Amino acid sequence: MDVVISQAFTGASYGAALLLIALGLSLTFGQMGVINMAHGEFLMAGAYSAYLTQKLVTNADFSLVLAIPIAFCVAGLLGLLLEVLVISRMYHRALDTLLVTFGVSLVLQQAAKDLFGAQAKAVEAPGWLDGQIPVLGYRYPLSQMFILVLAIACLAGMAALLKYTGFGRQIRATVQNRDLAETVGVSTRRIDRLTFFIGSGLAGVAGVAVTLITATESTMGSEYIIWAFLVVVAGGIGQIKGAVIAAFGLGIMRAFLTYWTDGSMAVVLTFLIVVAFLQLRPQGLFAVRTRSLA
Amino acid sequence: MKSRARLVAGTAAALSAALVLTGCGSKSDDGGESSAAKGCVDTSGDSVKLGFLNSMSGPMSISESTVSDALNLAAEQINAEGGILGKKIEPVQEDGASEPTVFAEKATKLIQSDCVAAVFGGWTSSSRVAMRPVFKSLNNILFYPVQYEGLEADHNIFYTGATTNQQIIPALDFLKKEKKIESIFLAGSDYVFPRTANKIIKQYAAANDIKVVGEEYQPLDQGAWGTAVDKIVSTKPDVVFNTINGDSNVAFLKAYDEKGLDASSIPIVSVSIAEEEAAAIPVDLTGQMTSWNYYQTVEGETNSAFVKAFKDKFGQDRPTSDPMEAAYTSLWLYKAMVEKAETFDVDDVIDAAGGISFDAPEGKVTINGENHHIAKTALIGEVQKDKLIKTIWSSGEPIEPDPFLKTYDWWDPSKE
Amino acid sequence: MTDTMTQPIEVSAPPRAPRRSPLRAYLPLVGIAVLAVFLLVIAPAALSSFRLNNLGKYCCYAIAAVGIGLAWGRGGMLVLGQGLFFGIGAYAMGMHLKLEAAGPDAVPDFMMNFGSGVLPAWWEPFRSGPFTILAIVVIPAVVAGVLGLAVFKRRIKGAYFAILSQALTVAFAALLVSQIKYTGGQTGLNSLSTFFGYNLYDPVNKQMIYFIAAGLLVVMLLVTFQLYRSRFGELLVATRDAEERVRFLGYDPANIKVVAFVIAAVMASIGGAMFVPMAGLINPREVSALASIMLIAGVALGGRASLLGPAIGALAVGYGRTSLSESFPDQWTYFLGGLFIVVILFIPNGLTSVIPKAWRALASTQRTRTKVGEAA
Repeated sequence: MDVVISQAFTGASYGAALLLIALGLSLTFGQMGVINMAHGEFLMAGAYSAYLTQKLVTNADFSLVLAIPIAFCVAGLLGLLLEVLVISRMYHRALDTLLVTFGVSLVLQQAAKDLFGAQAKAVEAPGWLDGQIPVLGYRYPLSQMFILVLAIACLAGMAALLKYTGFGRQIRATVQNRDLAETVGVSTRRIDRLTFFIGSGLAGVAGVAVTLITATESTMGSEYIIWAFLVVVAGGIGQIKGAVIAAFGLGIMRAFLTYWTDGSMAVVLTFLIVVAFLQLRPQGLFAVRTRSLA
Repeated sequence: MKSRARLVAGTAAALSAALVLTGCGSKSDDGGESSAAKGCVDTSGDSVKLGFLNSMSGPMSISESTVSDALNLAAEQINAEGGILGKKIEPVQEDGASEPTVFAEKATKLIQSDCVAAVFGGWTSSSRVAMRPVFKSLNNILFYPVQYEGLEADHNIFYTGATTNQQIIPALDFLKKEKKIESIFLAGSDYVFPRTANKIIKQYAAANDIKVVGEEYQPLDQGAWGTAVDKIVSTKPDVVFNTINGDSNVAFLKAYDEKGLDASSIPIVSVSIAEEEAAAIPVDLTGQMTSWNYYQTVEGETNSAFVKAFKDKFGQDRPTSDPMEAAYTSLWLYKAMVEKAETFDVDDVIDAAGGISFDAPEGKVTINGENHHIAKTALIGEVQKDKLIKTIWSSGEPIEPDPFLKTYDWWDPSKE
Repeated sequence: MTDTMTQPIEVSAPPRAPRRSPLRAYLPLVGIAVLAVFLLVIAPAALSSFRLNNLGKYCCYAIAAVGIGLAWGRGGMLVLGQGLFFGIGAYAMGMHLKLEAAGPDAVPDFMMNFGSGVLPAWWEPFRSGPFTILAIVVIPAVVAGVLGLAVFKRRIKGAYFAILSQALTVAFAALLVSQIKYTGGQTGLNSLSTFFGYNLYDPVNKQMIYFIAAGLLVVMLLVTFQLYRSRFGELLVATRDAEERVRFLGYDPANIKVVAFVIAAVMASIGGAMFVPMAGLINPREVSALASIMLIAGVALGGRASLLGPAIGALAVGYGRTSLSESFPDQWTYFLGGLFIVVILFIPNGLTSVIPKAWRALASTQRTRTKVGEAA
């Protein structure tokens, strides 16, 4: 029983981080069908923002919180730049965006290495995240709880944005039928840019969270990118509730598989299970209903 | 039309097959050593080319670029003293790109195209074993500067890092005799060094009444250490033996820290965390232990001169570490070997190696002519508040290298 | 695209009635012949043994690239995980060579160190050379067939398919790493010494292995040429451009895609198999997501839908990677990244689409009369 509880919590921690990373993707990938391989590098940009913020503020207790909006803006602006300069030229070529953004991710990785050096940077966790609180007999680390809370906050913010604001309605309209949205006066170009800004910004926020888990260095994004895409695909493209279930499902599955087998086999089995699942439900957990043939 | 297309395609296929066969026609059946593997080393001028082969790109560049720095420092110092046999060292730097196949390719290039007299570098075991047949078949020398899993002694390779009986086994002896441990947990990255080290540790433990309560691995590029740390929490070992490589240490130690573990509750002995890595881990490591043959804090004039020269050249904030020191030492050892052989000829240099000593920053080291490793002193260190490492225990004298653990009766390589 | 007479190589936009101009249809053969002469005659004469061996490795990538051109360029399936099939072929060959290196009745060294010292039953058949060659073709075909049927019958395509294939490659690489006692783990299969009995490090044998790899590349190109001219080739392009219409016409697009996917997988496997004697080893890094995308880079550069483009692109990327990393050890990543961005963004049909255009522009300004035969 202890095992079940501890692995459920550890898995939920993996899942929370995955969800944060995948949230932004579910916007950019779901909204525009842009397969942004540089999403992981936006995460890296967020992590380095946290590092720089900490260097400037020097107070670790405060800098982490301050870093969240900064990382959001830094990564968001990078995303906006990418959208305007590159991706806007290649709508209707969805698969090609994958390759272009892969090139962008290589360039960003090397640029980060030249700017910050190859050696990983140390981002210290704030003192108030030291310690654990007992939940059901499990000592749940405060830093993991922070990531979970941050993920839920971003999720709630995004859900509210999509559901209750005019901008959100426009996004949903564009996802469901781009031409019709255009016809009723939605500027889909503007929606695209804004969505890309927010989606990339969320990757930056994820980057801040990830500094609590792992090393801040130039290739950190590549560890997460395939996981994040799998979450979005398994959840159903453009479906936030699907992404939530998929992220926690994958995280918890990975934790238990790691417990029973080993770290490498857990990766193998998790991926195979997702691939098998997609055979059963090719559209993921939840599908957007459209009338288009393709 | 169709049939004519087939005809043309068929003819062309036959043509190219014929060309292939012509190629095959010139093959030779001799399966013995290649005769064309004569070196092209040119020492007629006033310089000698040496290859430095380190990853300057890819995930391993973090560690390997420091080795390249140390090699360049040694080359500069040797040149300032007049070079080797009066010839200035002319370094040829190549990038291994963190890919073993690239290491093999670049080693071939250094030997065949650049005609270097010897090559210094490699870090991962994968890169070393990839280069091994190259040095054997082209008959050149590789100096490999990193502690590794042992069970190897190649005629063309000199190992200036520790083998297991100079690092792993002294650490176990220390844990048993000084710390009186009864249980141990093994955590490592999923590759050959941790797997071999843990095999040795398990056999040592079985022979010494130490209980191995857990063994966990993660792939090199994944950092999901939460589950392994949960197991450490629930099994409560006396010590964790850490063979995790590179950046994964950050993820592991963060997970360790956030679940409330530290050196006072369950101490860790690490064999891949040196000064460089410790500085990049944003966790309080005070009191955690390491096992190496060199620390920046080692006392002695040779080391203070080395540390000062390094910092003057590369920056005051740069620490010096064991692999860097081993690489630095390897170039000086090569100089001594060549000067004893009085030639750059590969076979003569290798023959001259046995018994050569050097007063290295870590202390006196001596080349073992049999297995091409060097006798080194084992040092158990403790990480300080400032992330430097202080020696808390020493083997006292250099330990003779024993890569195949022949002198340890509890070791049975065939046991799984 | 018009059917002008001055497009000797380009096939990215296949002429609507290829049989109208019989001579023109054979033009790609001229290109193949030129490439064959370069690879099989000029290069061996001009290059040092080390450079020739490198070129041989690029040929292996090019063999895989020809398959990607078929599946992606002609079939519209972005096969992001060809590392999986490259790896299957490479490990099959690696297992055979490793057993050769170990000697009869002996066990590979890593099995002594990490395993029970007993050869697993599924390794045993790889002692046989013919079995190994068969396995290099059959295993990827079966894997790709099963996978393709599962995926394409469920109408999974586009990004889903790309991500799935990449995830499978990552899973395969992780599997190789984790099963150290069967696969050699992260270090892979190394210290190989012979190739079907021939010493791997003898320069003459190295040249022989090069000729086999380069010859196989030429053969693959001829096979693909023939496929592109066949009814299957036309159906494949039709499926890429209008899958639903193909379905309405009574064909099952899934079957067409599966066949293309299987051919691409077999080609990747053959490339992987030949890579092993050339590199002297195989390890999971050659199977990784990054290695798979490097293959795609070459195809995109050369021109995904053309016949020769993928092969030439793969040769160029391989060469560029080596020479750039020799001149700029820590900067070559910029070049590679920049290559992706510039090529995909500005010349999506690859370099082979630019050359005829440039040629045409040149020809029209100079008003020279160009005959088809001279154009190549």
